[in-house]
Amino acid sequence: MLSRVADSLYWMSRYIERAENNARIADVNLQLQLDLINQPDSDPQQQWNPMISSLEENELFASLYAKPDGRAAMDFVSLQKKNRNSIYSCLAQARENARTTREQISSEMWEQINQLYLFVQSDSARRLLRSSPYEFFKRIVVGSHLFQGITHATMTHGESWHFMRIGRLLERADFSSRILDVKYHILLPSGERVGGNVDTIQWMSVLKSCSALEAYRKSYVNQVAPWKVAEFIITHAGFPRSIRFCVDFVDEALHCISGSDEARYANEAERLSGRLRSDLDYITIGEIFKFGLHEYLALIQQRLVEISNAIFDIYCASTLAADEENSSG
Amino acid sequence: MGDFFSGYEVGEFFDEMFARPGEVRPHYSKLLAQFKEMAPDSFERKSALAAQTFLTQGITFTVYDDDQGTERIFPFDLVPRIIPAKEWETIERGLVQRITALNLFLHDIYHNQSILRDKVLPKELVWEAAHFRPEFMHFDVPRDIYIHICGTDLVRDERGDYMVLEDNARCPSGVSYVLENRQAMKRVFPTLLGEYRVRPVEDYSQELLNVLRYVAPRAKREPTVVLLTPGTYNSAYFEHSFLARSMGIEIVEGRDLLAQNGQVFMRTTKGLKPVDVIYRRIDDDFLDPQVFRKDSGLGVSGLVDAYRRGNVSLANAIGTGIADDKVVYHFVPKMIRYYLGEDAILPNVPTYLASVKEDMSYILEHIEKLVVKAANESGGYGMLVGTQATKAECDAFRQKVKADPRNYIAQPVIPLSRAPAYCGGGMEGRHIDLRPYILYGQKVTIIPGALTRVALTKGSLVVNSSQGGGSKDTWILDDEEASEAGQA
Repeated sequence: MLSRVADSLYWMSRYIERAENNARIADVNLQLQLDLINQPDSDPQQQWNPMISSLEENELFASLYAKPDGRAAMDFVSLQKKNRNSIYSCLAQARENARTTREQISSEMWEQINQLYLFVQSDSARRLLRSSPYEFFKRIVVGSHLFQGITHATMTHGESWHFMRIGRLLERADFSSRILDVKYHILLPSGERVGGNVDTIQWMSVLKSCSALEAYRKSYVNQVAPWKVAEFIITHAGFPRSIRFCVDFVDEALHCISGSDEARYANEAERLSGRLRSDLDYITIGEIFKFGLHEYLALIQQRLVEISNAIFDIYCASTLAADEENSSG
Repeated sequence: MGDFFSGYEVGEFFDEMFARPGEVRPHYSKLLAQFKEMAPDSFERKSALAAQTFLTQGITFTVYDDDQGTERIFPFDLVPRIIPAKEWETIERGLVQRITALNLFLHDIYHNQSILRDKVLPKELVWEAAHFRPEFMHFDVPRDIYIHICGTDLVRDERGDYMVLEDNARCPSGVSYVLENRQAMKRVFPTLLGEYRVRPVEDYSQELLNVLRYVAPRAKREPTVVLLTPGTYNSAYFEHSFLARSMGIEIVEGRDLLAQNGQVFMRTTKGLKPVDVIYRRIDDDFLDPQVFRKDSGLGVSGLVDAYRRGNVSLANAIGTGIADDKVVYHFVPKMIRYYLGEDAILPNVPTYLASVKEDMSYILEHIEKLVVKAANESGGYGMLVGTQATKAECDAFRQKVKADPRNYIAQPVIPLSRAPAYCGGGMEGRHIDLRPYILYGQKVTIIPGALTRVALTKGSLVVNSSQGGGSKDTWILDDEEASEAGQA
């Protein structure tokens, strides 16, 4: 497969996942705002700040909107073209990547991503976001799920498919780590105590962002507790949005591409993913809190970036070296 | 029920569907009957459905009139154009004859140049042609085939006689619309299509792949074939991607390829992989910055060297542009006589060459009645339709022609035939042309279908998509259909 195509498939998949994650977090925030509106001393606006922070675009956001309220935040994550990580921008980039890889993906996949893109760039999307944001975000999430289902059912599960899977899982692991980290930064309204009502609602919203509330309740019958939520999202072996689950399958997909034995590594990407995988297999939540949750999540994010870079170096950039050989020779 | 044709004006042109007002041509009678049973709103719905399908499938071209780039669909008219078997048979023979002569001409021009020595063609004409590539003199192309893929534009005059307007022997485009239009018709008009015995066009991609494999270097058994595109910003990108997909080959950009030690490779996740045949959709000028335009970022440095060494094949070959030069066009009937000893089956449109003294004065005097074309432009650019131009525009063209006689020709305005097209609520006659696609490999293959382009603007004679043109599905009827129609 062409190196450029592998890269495009990887990013197409990442961008769709990113669009979905934006829709999830925006939707949950919207609900959170309603949950907290009657709380004494609560500032509804404050609920949007962590979301903007998680995108690491605070400055751009501040520069684009005179009044940085909830409506501005929603526009920023959804349709703002200047935000290169808005839902619009992600889907536009996903679709552009899809356009250049149409001989690799199925027509059904292409039509789905194209339709989703045509939707977000239409006036009706703008109107829907204003009149019924819930429906707008739902449509994005469902659109992304549909794309994944179509992909699973219509594309050969070969090299292309594995590259797409890796893109999606790395993006998802990154999102799960960020959403957990964001909660860490939320300041409780003054007078509230840790483990109190507001605190619980906020932790529940973290779980909802990852579609994990129901799964969590099945694993832990007792109430929502911070360390339990963190444990669930970081180390659960079977929940498809936990960091460990994502990393397990990134590692598996990498071995499928190279054809090497899963117990060993054939290249740097596999070495890094294998190492992160085993860390996540054996770490306990006690150790994580001792290390510092925020520090641990930052480390995970960094290691995900390293895996992504290694994949690019091995599969996409290596053939470029031939050019240098050629021009010097 | 539908009264689509009640107010239809046949006009003074050759009408594809009606011999005279109220008298339908036999091969269109079943179509007319079907339309009589169709409700206008159902037709509108089908039209919208077709347009929506093109949009969601991304069958679009991009117009860059602002920084964003707007995607448009190529307007599709749902009334098919129907060609009876006998008519097609003549067209087919004419096209086979023409491409055979053009290939012999190219081989001759790049070798002995006997046609110039015998003064059938003035030799300055060739030497001064913008697309002549003297660097490829005495170069042998694989299997002596130069034009593997040709799109020849035909028009019909007021008597309904077919004639050749031009040959596109470099990178003809549009064939994806032939295939997609048929798909669209199958979806929106299944019953209509079932009424006729229409010859299928679906195996075009397979035939094209056969041609590309046939010209592989040293008759390699499992050659790697790729399609080279200028990239997603090219207005024909959809077609490039479509063809690559339907042939199951890689679509590559210049940056995906690398030429090393006279071999071409593509950069894959498993390292460099040799490439044998390149179906290039990039003009000669941009193929290789070492040989042609130095500023080309689209091509591959060293590609031409690999081609010269016979390690990679190109379709079409380098230098075919001399064959679709609009001045050289004038001499094609003479070429046919010279190489094949036959009369041209499909005549040319009468052409005046500005480089010929008497022709020049005729052009200058009669410019208002002529179509003037630059020798090497396409897409409806660089031309003047005298009958529809202002005095100032005509004067400007007079100056251009005088300044550069070699590069201008003029032709009488052909009153192109018309076919009914659905225009805002009813059927109206619109001018059309016909572009069949010819493949030259082990044998010459012409898919029984073509792109019918239609000038949707009332009265316009310019069918190019860049100038407000649309297209129609083109039905070539089976032999048996003809006999049935004859009995009816």
